[in-house]
Amino acid sequence: MSIICRTEGGRSCWKLTGEIDHHRARSLAHELEAEIDARLPGELELDFSGVTFMDSSGIALILRASRRMGEIGGSLKLTHVPPQAARILKIAGIHRRVEME
Amino acid sequence: MKPENTAKIEFLSRSANEGFARSAAACFAAQLDPTLEELGDIKTAVSEAVTNAIVHGYPTELGRISLRLRTFPEHVLEITVQDWGVGIPDIQKAREPMFTTGGEERSGMGFTIMESFMDTVKVRSRPGRGTTVTMRKRISIRTGGRP
Repeated sequence: MSIICRTEGGRSCWKLTGEIDHHRARSLAHELEAEIDARLPGELELDFSGVTFMDSSGIALILRASRRMGEIGGSLKLTHVPPQAARILKIAGIHRRVEME
Repeated sequence: MKPENTAKIEFLSRSANEGFARSAAACFAAQLDPTLEELGDIKTAVSEAVTNAIVHGYPTELGRISLRLRTFPEHVLEITVQDWGVGIPDIQKAREPMFTTGGEERSGMGFTIMESFMDTVKVRSRPGRGTTVTMRKRISIRTGGRP
């Protein structure tokens, strides 16, 4: 359930783990925003390889991270998104707004 | 049509119960031998419906939420999530993609995702009386073992 963070130069990589739902999303969003504000990365990678479940709460979380990264002139990239989460992001059109690998 | 099997769970509208509800639904659905993708669909739809009940049904107080699970012939799973909260004044509006009254923590995609992941989604609601969401999904029948 923890976020594992790695920062190199202006690039931050966050590994999200466990289940992302409404119960967890609020604290996750606050943690993410606080870390973005503290590190001001030029590029933020959210690594979903450890995410076992995600519902629409993840959409709001990604949009908040994307907005905050935009405000500081940085970019957001999603990597290793599992199929179940990818379907949700596709339905919401996130793949057209945020880079996904 | 008469159900083949039924289970009913009632819990408080605490967000910690979102995970409990979707896991319970997945465990019940396991008897229909769903694929991992179908299980993911069921868990996601339940998570959305229960989160709606918690966030929108009971915005200011704790209340009861009921999760009823039924199986019907032809591998049909029916999931009913009911609350006795504030209700939805305009169901059509609530079902529109990106519409939310939940602020920046919600995406407004809950009903759209339920509709995408389940075969049918029916919503009944009366302001002041509560909301009932009934979803059905036919689980694929495999004859040659798992792919």
